[in-house]
Amino acid sequence: MFRLLCTLALSGVLLTMGASALGAAEPNDPWPGLVQDIFNNRPMNDGGDVIAIEMPYRAEDAAIVPVTLRSKLAPDDSRRLQKITLVIDQNPAPMAAKFEIGPDARVSEISTRVRVNNYTNVHAVAELSDGGLYMVKTYVKASGGCSAPAAKNAEEARNRLGQMKYRQFTRADQGPSSGAREAQIMIGHPNNSGLQMDQITHLYIPAFFIDQLQLWQDNSPVLSMEGGISISEDPNIRFTYISNGAKNFRAEAKDTSGHVFQKEWKIDDSGS
Amino acid sequence: MWRCRMKRSANGTNCRFALVALLAVLLTSPDARAQQPQLSITEIAPGLFVHIGAIALMTRENEGAIANIGFVVGNDAVAVIDTGGSVREGRELLAAIRARTDKPIRYVINTHGHPDHVFGNAAFSGDATTFVGHKNLPQALSTRGPYYLDAFRRIMSDHLIDEVRIISPTLLVEGSLTLDLGARSLVLRAWPAAHSDSDLTVLDETTKTLFAGDLVFLDHVPVMDGSIRNWLRMMDDLGRQAAERVVPGHGPVSQWPTALADERRYLETLAADVRALIKRGAPISVAADTAAASERSRWQLFDDYNARNATAAFSEIEWE
Repeated sequence: MFRLLCTLALSGVLLTMGASALGAAEPNDPWPGLVQDIFNNRPMNDGGDVIAIEMPYRAEDAAIVPVTLRSKLAPDDSRRLQKITLVIDQNPAPMAAKFEIGPDARVSEISTRVRVNNYTNVHAVAELSDGGLYMVKTYVKASGGCSAPAAKNAEEARNRLGQMKYRQFTRADQGPSSGAREAQIMIGHPNNSGLQMDQITHLYIPAFFIDQLQLWQDNSPVLSMEGGISISEDPNIRFTYISNGAKNFRAEAKDTSGHVFQKEWKIDDSGS
Repeated sequence: MWRCRMKRSANGTNCRFALVALLAVLLTSPDARAQQPQLSITEIAPGLFVHIGAIALMTRENEGAIANIGFVVGNDAVAVIDTGGSVREGRELLAAIRARTDKPIRYVINTHGHPDHVFGNAAFSGDATTFVGHKNLPQALSTRGPYYLDAFRRIMSDHLIDEVRIISPTLLVEGSLTLDLGARSLVLRAWPAAHSDSDLTVLDETTKTLFAGDLVFLDHVPVMDGSIRNWLRMMDDLGRQAAERVVPGHGPVSQWPTALADERRYLETLAADVRALIKRGAPISVAADTAAASERSRWQLFDDYNARNATAAFSEIEWE
């Protein structure tokens, strides 16, 4: 009995010490672990003059936080942007998206929308044709209120499953002469996290999200995305690329349940 | 109070037991009852009581008491309509009810799943009380509940959030449902996704009072967490609810249906602005900064919610 009490008392002391030691430590920064898991510990260079990341400081709606990634490479830079990885450090699945840019598409800007669960750093890591990784980061405060990274209208989200929309935008600085085009692809999909429980069976509903999206102008790849549950419901990507004179734009999306969604549109080649 | 209970008691043993129990309570926690603070409550119609929440965000200081919540007393039983933004607020509501009636609380009705309306539920959990909500409410709570607990722990501190339990309704409403409190009927109606995807209204037929939940906002800028297009589409139908006054989710008790006018104007402006932005190819971030800006001076908490309303409206309307 005495020994038991001693053990209890001792473990109590240890627990207390453990708690205070934790309390004194800096908050756990997941980034070093993420560099190991996602980038295999490859060296990270400062990406300040390679890429910019834009997000609102406060995530007004945790389910739909706009993010824009923009190339800062000068036109005469011999290096090309090949990949951009978007990491939301504190989300349950931090790797939000990995974009791969078609060799001839010269994509210079990508905007999408993500879920943000917590106060978090968001990293964008660009991989250039020189093989180097270039990192920039920003900080986002999760919103309070009734905002949540969940569907606003679950029924409507299910009804939209697989619908695809393409839109081409006019920009004053992007006439036909520059060859630059801005376009947007929308895919109706709940992009469920899998972290919600079925009220009847008490089993977790399996994750159900778009994990692959590929875009082509005619048969030339423009952009592909490997996505996760941090991409908002109804994945939406807006991007700027260089036209090769193609007449058609094509998109193919796959989800985790094996659905394949495909669609092709005529490009308005007036450049506007 | 305890003398009254003794008289009603069927046998002496129970009576003595009650007295001993009461003494024990008095000895161990002197003035326990007196110490339990009561929520400020107004009887806005006979047997219908309302607490008007502060027009504010939920904070540690206000204990989450920002929504309008209330209760209706029938001949046999009481129904509670929303429980507030913390168990502490829920307990204060319970104390306010017990100061006015000892009839059983048969129903707790949640008008939707947002934290300021459901975080007080645990104060009312017990075998004799049935939780009532929209058929979508269990799903909404299971998806969002854990996130809300995390988010509000940061904002309101551990001591307020530790005791919060996400309690789902077991009596679900699809279409409409009438609850009988004894010579007093409450007509519950489940709505399509509008403010949220689990909006429920409660009409007290006896006094023609509508508890509208967050389908109606006054003074507090409306918050859109469901579907702006549905909300606008069903505005006429909502206005036809046979009531003379409304208890909005936020803002003062007002005449019905004139109370809808400000909210309708805000939502119409927001939808029109967002539609115009989409038409000219503006990105979603621009909508957050500019849509419905003409409404800024007319509402409280505009800067806290308008950008998110605009973002949500944009992502809905761009599918038109």
